[in-house]
Amino acid sequence: MDNLIYLDNAATTRVSEEVLNEMLPFFRETYSNPSAVYRFAGESKKAVDHARKRAAELIGANVEEIYFTGGGSESDNWALKAVAEAYSFKGKHIITSKIEHHAILHTCEYLEKQGYEVTYLDVDEEGKISLEELKAAIRPDTILISIMAANNEIGTIEPIAEIGKIAHENGVLFHTDAVQAYGHIPINVDDMNIDMLSASGHKFNGPKGIGILYIRKGVKIRSFIHGGAQERSRRAGTSNVPGIVGFGKAAQIAGETMEERVAKETALRDHLMERVLAEVPYVKLNGHRTDRLPNNVNFCFRFIEGESLLILLDQLGVCASSGSACTSGSLDPSHVLLAIGLPHEIAHGSLRITLSEETTLEDIDFVADELKKIVGRLRGMSPLYEDFVKKQK
Amino acid sequence: MYSEKVMDHFNNPRNVGEIENPSGVGTVGNAKCGDIMRMYFDIDEQGVIRDVKFKTFGCGAAVATSSMATELVKGKTVKEALEVTNKAVMEALDGLPPVKVHCSLLAEEAIHAALWDYAQKNHIVIEGLKEPVNDIAEKSEDEEY
Repeated sequence: MDNLIYLDNAATTRVSEEVLNEMLPFFRETYSNPSAVYRFAGESKKAVDHARKRAAELIGANVEEIYFTGGGSESDNWALKAVAEAYSFKGKHIITSKIEHHAILHTCEYLEKQGYEVTYLDVDEEGKISLEELKAAIRPDTILISIMAANNEIGTIEPIAEIGKIAHENGVLFHTDAVQAYGHIPINVDDMNIDMLSASGHKFNGPKGIGILYIRKGVKIRSFIHGGAQERSRRAGTSNVPGIVGFGKAAQIAGETMEERVAKETALRDHLMERVLAEVPYVKLNGHRTDRLPNNVNFCFRFIEGESLLILLDQLGVCASSGSACTSGSLDPSHVLLAIGLPHEIAHGSLRITLSEETTLEDIDFVADELKKIVGRLRGMSPLYEDFVKKQK
Repeated sequence: MYSEKVMDHFNNPRNVGEIENPSGVGTVGNAKCGDIMRMYFDIDEQGVIRDVKFKTFGCGAAVATSSMATELVKGKTVKEALEVTNKAVMEALDGLPPVKVHCSLLAEEAIHAALWDYAQKNHIVIEGLKEPVNDIAEKSEDEEY
């Protein structure tokens, strides 16, 4: 597409050229099943081992603790369901938060139907959980705490190290859905007392259809997919070699370029934030101002609705997303925006912009300029704005 | 997702604005579900809608259906306007995605609400017009997503 300004990187990212080049030979040249006996399988097997090593290095894990899955949702499902099953002798209580991704929330709902109890922690207006509330929620029968490392909508980074410490002190396993954080911000499973972690390739310039579940050695966990011996028999299925190779390469690049990328994206993000907050009236930033993903911006524009914003942006080549009900197909706006206390009509006017390392300053300034006009135009059509203006007089 | 006609009405909505001292004005929908439509009528002594304006808070379909609704009632008599259904609005727009059908229902409601207000102001009874339901979520036939 001409003049595409892609700012929906939280939804998915473009596979980087180096990652793609690393993957390609494994489709037609070294395409064997890595489990086979013959020499031809050697290259694939080596490549999988190498990718696993890279995936582990990014979070300070051991190679044997990394399991490749079909993606973040699968990893989340596996972590929750398998721990629930394996530790049901100890208890049936799980603690999570209200702003988790649906892969966690819907799995928790499923577990509730199986007789598990789930506590959904509240978050404050910036999206952070309270460590005090977490401590208070822990019971003798609590078997798992699952809190996301960073929220996909509002970008808020949770106090993962502190949560891990509390979990560890109380003998409770700690899982984190790090799908938006892995490859974007530094994570160390030992420093942060993380027992399990989910990540997804397509969120950091790797391919879709591949993810990992990190499982600390010593954690009891049931197999998720029964069958062959892949992934130490816990997640059977012929290895998705190209996907695994892509994941590993993307992880390697992410580790090598993280500092520089974080600085660049943070600067652009902050510039967009500053411009919009200064130049567009009746706008609010969602999520924590500084403890947030380097590439995430999320606003609510009063008096207007998100899908309309997206359509007008789309006509300018700009791809972004919104938490309005109309964009989700349900009658409620995003559960995350409601959890941080936004009233419905404000939540409907939300806009999420997530940058990549390809985003330029020109892109950001263009978006800020156009947003002003678009918001003005939509307010001109809005009965809510009309009423507000009349009240002011 | 949207037809060309819907996009046209979204990009170039007809009759956006207000009418001062309208003969009838109705506001329907609710901020909770994310769609609010307001319709203003200027109706002459013969009962003809000589001018109509609207304002909408909502998605592409919401804007397009309210815009189209104003086109369908402008210049019509009150009786004819009452006969404009959500199906007529959708057809005129070459259809809507199933998940957006409720927006057209809201547009029909907005017409009725403005007519009801006109009837109340003039102490007349318009045959076939009942007091409008404001909360469109109750009336919708859509499944929950």
